[in-house]
Amino acid sequence: MITGNFDYFAPSNVEEAIKLLNEYGDDCKIISGGHSLVPVLKLRLASPAVLIDIGRIKGLKGISFEGGTIVIGTNTTHAEIARSAELKKHCPLLVETAGQIGDQQVRNRGTIGGSLTHADPAADWPAAVLALDADIIVKGKGSVRTIKATDFFVDIMTSAVKSNEIVTEIRITKPAQPQAAAYLKVPQAASGFAVVGVAAQLTLKDGRCEKVAIGITGLGPKAYRASTSENALIGNTLDAATISAAAEKADTEAVDTMEDIHASGEFRRNLTRVYTKRAIMAAMSRA
Amino acid sequence: MRISISINGVKHDADVEPRLLLVHFIRDLAGLTGTHIGCETSICGACTVLMDGKPVKCCAILAVQADGSEITTIEGLADEGRLHPIQEGFWECHGLQCGYCTPGMIMSAYGLLQENPDPTEDEIRHGLEGNLCRCTGYQHIVDAVRHASRQMAAKAVKAG
Ligand SMILES: Cc1cc2nc3c(=O)[nH]c(=O)nc-3n(C[C@H](O)[C@H](O)[C@H](O)COP(=O)(O)OP(=O)(O)OC[C@H]3O[C@@H](n4cnc5c(N)ncnc54)[C@H](O)[C@@H]3O)c2cc1C
Ligand code: FES
Ligand code: FES
Repeated sequence: MITGNFDYFAPSNVEEAIKLLNEYGDDCKIISGGHSLVPVLKLRLASPAVLIDIGRIKGLKGISFEGGTIVIGTNTTHAEIARSAELKKHCPLLVETAGQIGDQQVRNRGTIGGSLTHADPAADWPAAVLALDADIIVKGKGSVRTIKATDFFVDIMTSAVKSNEIVTEIRITKPAQPQAAAYLKVPQAASGFAVVGVAAQLTLKDGRCEKVAIGITGLGPKAYRASTSENALIGNTLDAATISAAAEKADTEAVDTMEDIHASGEFRRNLTRVYTKRAIMAAMSRA
Repeated sequence: MRISISINGVKHDADVEPRLLLVHFIRDLAGLTGTHIGCETSICGACTVLMDGKPVKCCAILAVQADGSEITTIEGLADEGRLHPIQEGFWECHGLQCGYCTPGMIMSAYGLLQENPDPTEDEIRHGLEGNLCRCTGYQHIVDAVRHASRQMAAKAVKAG
């Protein structure tokens, strides 16, 4: 399988990339790891006239800390996140999520920014960035925008990033209780993509749930925060009955559901409820 | 576009179309056909090579993306005709039948053992999840990787 023809540019900085994006408009596509885009091009589901490879731009890759904020460059690979000892300490939810994406070869190439922008409804990162209340930083011609994770996923394969913008980094406030987190998923047997995936990050105080964020991927056309479940937990003691009752509401926000050979919509709803319960229990047990 | 990719320590310069896949660069331009093409859809892992030391599926990478990188293929593993311990493991434990998946399996096993020199059976199965084999049922592949891990540990002790 061979892709259509295209021209290729590998700019060395973000400004140059944005200039190219504006010059070629809808005819061009950014490529980072290429592990979503190259398969799409090979199937000729898309045939952009120009590819802009941002993989060689220095400064878009790596994990750093600015006070209480974790900063992850868009080109940071899943493998780099899965291996990070610093993140294991300060935000293990990222490490746990990264380690469950695809296989080691995919993790060595695929990037967090590429995955988020691609907005595959079965991708893992959306659940984690929602549960961590991340900010996604996007640059355009003379502009910088901060998109909240809750506003980032628009629809199936559609993110809030405009075609002449580039994601530069993902910023996350260090969780108060980093270990009180879990990402659990039901993987598709062949690709490893999530049939359903649930990420939960908790803050417990004197046995009560002070704060909780639950991100859910796989069920609907876009990942979402399970706010109804969250509200049923906040302020309460997390006993089995409270958790079960809250998890029963985990699919409330999903109006439409995905439905394919892997699972029916109804089965996905059920998995969402069950895995939300398990994720909260796991996060609690790790606190 | 002119690119230069080092494969098994040998530099290959070529003028390529941007749409050329790395796997075709390796097989057709460099003539190294040990790297196989199985599914062409980035699932089966037959095309796994090391890119700057890390296993990757080169049917999902453009050759231009690999410009300036160092690739190791199955042909680059043996040291002056002596099989690499992972290759030896596949030989000793019957880790292959038709052999189609084997180069990719071995390159993935290489990546796995680099990260985790003493993997459990579970860790081996998990580590090789990106590689499919239609023949062996995987058990002999797991045995082969275990064999290799022991050999490599013994070698490391010997080398001090
Ligand atoms: C076999 C296989 C199994 C997989 N399994 C999983 C899995 O289990 N879970 C999972 O979540 N994912 C999975 N993936 C997808 C993988 O994680 C991809 O790497 C990821 O979705 C895309 O990242 P990328 O860097 O490769 O992006 P690319 O393919 O380079 O780009 C993807 C899209 O994002 C755009 N883009 C990329 N970077 C930017 C940027 N900085 N700014 C603006 N736009 C940008 C591109 O234009 C393109 O439209 C799998 C992929 C394969 C091939
Ligand atoms: S040929 Fe590359 S993964 Fe199957
Ligand atoms: S030995 Fe035949 S596919 Fe693995």
